[in-house]
Amino acid sequence: MTTGVAVVLHGVGVGRRAAVGPVARVQPVPAVPGDAPLVVDGEVVTGEAAQEVVARAFADVSAALAGQSQRATGTVKDVLAATAQMADDRALRSQVLARVGAGEPVVAAIDGVVETFATMFTQAGGYLAERVTDLRSVRDRVVAAAMGLPAPGVPELTEPSVVVATDLAPADTAALDLDRVLAIVTELGGPTGHTAIIAGQLGLPCLVRVHGVTDLADGTRVAVDAAGGLVTVDPDDALVADLDRRAAAERALESDTKAGATADGHAVQLLANIGTAADAVRVAATAAEGVGLFRTEVLFLESTTEPTVAEQAAAYADALAALPGRKVVVRTLDAGADKPLAFATQPDEENPALGVRGYRLVRTNADLVEHQLEALAQAQRSTGQAPWVMAPMIATADEARDFARRARAHGIERVGVMVEVPSAALRAAEILAEVDFVSLGTNDLAQYTMATDRLRGELADLLDPWQPAVLDLVAATARAGAELGKPVGVCGESAADPVLALVLVGLGVTSLSMSSGALPAVRFAVRRHTLERCRELAAAALAAASAQAARDVVVDGLDPEVRAALGV
Amino acid sequence: MSQRTVAVASRVGLHARPAMIFTQAVEASGVPVTIARPGGEPVDAGSILFVMSLGVPSGEEVTLAADGPEADRVLDELVTLLATDLDAPEGS
Repeated sequence: MTTGVAVVLHGVGVGRRAAVGPVARVQPVPAVPGDAPLVVDGEVVTGEAAQEVVARAFADVSAALAGQSQRATGTVKDVLAATAQMADDRALRSQVLARVGAGEPVVAAIDGVVETFATMFTQAGGYLAERVTDLRSVRDRVVAAAMGLPAPGVPELTEPSVVVATDLAPADTAALDLDRVLAIVTELGGPTGHTAIIAGQLGLPCLVRVHGVTDLADGTRVAVDAAGGLVTVDPDDALVADLDRRAAAERALESDTKAGATADGHAVQLLANIGTAADAVRVAATAAEGVGLFRTEVLFLESTTEPTVAEQAAAYADALAALPGRKVVVRTLDAGADKPLAFATQPDEENPALGVRGYRLVRTNADLVEHQLEALAQAQRSTGQAPWVMAPMIATADEARDFARRARAHGIERVGVMVEVPSAALRAAEILAEVDFVSLGTNDLAQYTMATDRLRGELADLLDPWQPAVLDLVAATARAGAELGKPVGVCGESAADPVLALVLVGLGVTSLSMSSGALPAVRFAVRRHTLERCRELAAAALAAASAQAARDVVVDGLDPEVRAALGV
Repeated sequence: MSQRTVAVASRVGLHARPAMIFTQAVEASGVPVTIARPGGEPVDAGSILFVMSLGVPSGEEVTLAADGPEADRVLDELVTLLATDLDAPEGS
């Protein structure tokens, strides 16, 4: 150990990985009042001098974005190029300069003109409404440049870095050059929020709710340890060596590529969660037995208007073709709540998590569902691979029947539904009678069982999938599946916890789907316990009085070698 | 005042990449050009924000207008551009 006490920040880890690297902060939006004076070299400037500053700010922002775009790749390149051209727009610039010339304060002038365009875009709807985000990003950058503040948003990464943010919006992650991201650490956010899920899919170490992390200066070297929930500032050699050893142990776990099974040979399918056909290609290179959750809304979010049936069919066929002979479970569009789509979501819902989301969209926009099912059926025909197709947010057996009827009418061979609403878990037998399989979405099941918003990080203890009430509902669903001889999977993040995975197996869950980075540890834990032992652990968890007690009793009952290897 | 009316050929309409290419061409011409949807207010055709906010779908007609000795030549070039599918991948 070196001298001094290391500064250690605590947070909630997502996954188990670790990384060491320099901090790159995502700068917050400048908080500047509209009438803030423009100060240059200690003097307040107005009129022509202010016009010069603003004109230079527009030019600098546009040039910086264009430069970043040239150095970037993929979707980031296009996003940045479009934003650069907006910053260079002559109507935007001339209107702002005219207002500044007429004596209006700089920030108010920029805000006023940007709002005019934002209103026009919003009224046009669809694709344009979603470009409002880019417009506001231009606004934030120009205001910051004019007022001499650091450029807001995702920084350009010149070396592999630990990205640190108050919170990351989906638009921020779209602007990240992922090849240079070592880890993501946020001050806010929750372990099942979308930053965490994206980080999990990419196998990036991620910590959320790390108080004080945004106070670190850019370039500060930090060690990020998701398994331990720790961020260590200026880590010493011993810690770095320790994290390296753990990474080596994780790689050793990856060397087991046989199908998932308990110690006594009871098969447990181990599957990966994906969002795109490109993810499917990545999964094909791993030991995953297939895909347990293909989140199709990612395709919709990227294209910004409803993709055509042909476009969808091509994307689904790409994913199926990447995994020949392997199971692929496709979830139909799950828009709404925390995943709004301009063309599909209801505006102004008071309580979107309880509103028209998931399969409920069929009530307002049945065409979306029909188009997607047609595209999936086309992909099934063109690849000769039958996807398993399931609908999200099913609450009743009637909804399950309606979905199954529509899907089968298109020729879909294997039809299922998600169990995420407590009513569906309680009536699992009636629902399973209508479909071929179910999959438990434990993140939403916990949210609805515990009446706790998934996005409220400070309530993470209530959202804990170890909550006995949530486990009761998993048990009820698995029991119904066993009685009817139909598969019951879990595709929430709880499947990615190797300790909880044993409980799920003991409860009768037949497949586990998770971010692919979590598969080796889960495969290892399942392989080292018999089905009987898993059942005993599950019974002990169900008998516990609290989430913490449930986890403690199961950890105590683990095979000692597994406990040591997982560091629990 | 010279005017031309042309249907937008790009499959995505006058959005995104096609809007970018079109406004860059207008700026490069150095001639002030306006663009309008049928019966709509003409706006600056060199502004990507104005052009995008028109929200012109594929196949719909727009009217371009300009003044001066260069107007006819510039408008003819811009009409050719709009009558092309600008969303096709480069080099194809």
